Amino acid sequence: MAFERSDPNQSKPSKLRWGELEEDDDLDFLLPPREVIGPDENGIKKVIEYKFNDEGNKVKITTTTRVRKLAKARFNKRALERRNWEKFGDAVREDVGSRLTMVSTEEIILERPRAPGSKPEEMKVAGDSLAQLTKGGAVLMVCRTCGKKGDHWTSKCPYKDLASPAETFVDKPTASETSVAASGSSKGAYVPPSMRAGAERTAGSDMRRRNDENSVRVTNLSEDTREPDLLELFRPFGAVTRVYVAMDQKTGASRGFGFVNFVNREDAQRAINKLNGYGYDNLILRVEWATPRSN
Amino acid sequence: MRPILMKGHERPLTFLKYNRDGDLLFSCAKDHTPTVWFADNGERLGTYRGHNGAVWTCDVSRDSTRLLTGSADQTVKLWNVQTGTQLYTFNFGSPARSVEFAIGDKLAVITTDPFMDLTSAIHVKRIAKDQTEQTEESLLVIKGPQGRINRAVWGPLNRTIISAGEDAVIRIWDSETGKLLRESDKESGHKKTITSLTKAADGSHFLSGSLDKSAKLWDTRTLTLIKTYGTERPVNAVAMSPLLDHVVLGGGQDASAVTTTDHRAGKFEAKFYDKILQEEIGGVKGHFGPINALAFNPDGKSFSSGGEDGYVRLHHFDPDYFNIKI
Repeated sequence: MAFERSDPNQSKPSKLRWGELEEDDDLDFLLPPREVIGPDENGIKKVIEYKFNDEGNKVKITTTTRVRKLAKARFNKRALERRNWEKFGDAVREDVGSRLTMVSTEEIILERPRAPGSKPEEMKVAGDSLAQLTKGGAVLMVCRTCGKKGDHWTSKCPYKDLASPAETFVDKPTASETSVAASGSSKGAYVPPSMRAGAERTAGSDMRRRNDENSVRVTNLSEDTREPDLLELFRPFGAVTRVYVAMDQKTGASRGFGFVNFVNREDAQRAINKLNGYGYDNLILRVEWATPRSN
Repeated sequence: MRPILMKGHERPLTFLKYNRDGDLLFSCAKDHTPTVWFADNGERLGTYRGHNGAVWTCDVSRDSTRLLTGSADQTVKLWNVQTGTQLYTFNFGSPARSVEFAIGDKLAVITTDPFMDLTSAIHVKRIAKDQTEQTEESLLVIKGPQGRINRAVWGPLNRTIISAGEDAVIRIWDSETGKLLRESDKESGHKKTITSLTKAADGSHFLSGSLDKSAKLWDTRTLTLIKTYGTERPVNAVAMSPLLDHVVLGGGQDASAVTTTDHRAGKFEAKFYDKILQEEIGGVKGHFGPINALAFNPDGKSFSSGGEDGYVRLHHFDPDYFNIKI
């Protein structure tokens, strides 16, 4: 029985015998297997791979992709056959990367018209898709970049590199020169804020406007009351998009009043009914509609 | 929803048509080359080369093997859908404005424009199964309407032909004798050129869109006016959803408003209306120019619009589209 003793001058034995291996150290050259964490409900797919980089160090590469299903294609037999037809005409020399067909970077919605005497049902329908996203009083996350609500905040927007920067300045037109430049007025003529930055703005202001109509004013707040307190107080009544507490800049204390914006008007109404006269932090709250509203 | 943008045409779109199975979309434009796309992902399948003028119209047979296109070069061509080869060319004395296969694909109705001394006319041609037997002769030629006939379609069971055009009158003709059966009422009818016509899935009613900024829904048999939908823009294209009671209008820009319009990019929209309540449901913006063509996929789950900007926008509806209530 002769052992093959490895020469101490050799860096690594060419043929490993498991009996000679010490613990895990010598298994460094083996890599963990590739993991695929399949698309979750948001369509996020993670692929974790391990490999050696140039310096010989083990690196872990995590690739996160969003798998998005644009359409469900249910074909009958003949349609499936057509799928395999050869390209003809001008499409013959087309390479896969040709830019003829592309998915729009903007999310286009079927914009509901703003009827002047809007019925409560219509408001509810508009808010319905929003309400569905925030089940049970969670905070509604509004993303400014893609305008899609309920999924993510602006900084976490998966499409943040796709939207033009001009869009983000829509809220403060006076404060930005870039939006004027970006609006592409070739003559250098003045373009008023209302005419800049395209359709996105109408949709955005549409959504905000509806929320502003469901705005509730809270007065007689104690000095220490802040936004999170109001949020916690009003959340049980429904989805809240925005809370604001007026602050005195000098003292940092609350000026005693604030505003809460609800997604649904009914929730706002219930909040008013329940919380008006409610004792909070040893002061009696006054809760009412932000501007006098006729129902 | 995220529309798929297809920029295959260099010039404005004129017409869009889905095939019966809903997997192919045919687009016609002023650039002489009708194109066919896959209707699910917008991938281009091929183009039909051969016309020498703007292609105004097209129609595809029910089995998706034959394509008929009508063009300003005074010809109507019959193509093999799969290979793109021309099978036959019908020659006319003036540009062809509208074509439609009959039920059964054995006949086709073609309208031609007024040109020089020729008045506008409606032709009925026989389409043979085997292209070697194809002849040029017309089964029937109907003359009469003044001005361009923008669209002519077959009525139920191929018994009638419905035509509409520049004189703002919708007419129903007998398809065998060519006799005029009915005319739309001048009072309640359109006041300006009728630009487009679309039939309901079952053929019992049809929708006409006109430059007078309205679209009207008519009964096919009696030609009574059922509904009217009003917009602020001249209507260039109309479409009806085969699944829900929705009507879509696509339009342009009033000439007088050109200088005062704000140039918000992507402002031209396809407007959705409730068919029965006549109320506007909403609009889908995105085109950079007036919308000239609209088509619904026969399964009702997607639609496409073609504009003056040369783009075809293919929209697959979000699930909440099907839950819209007024």
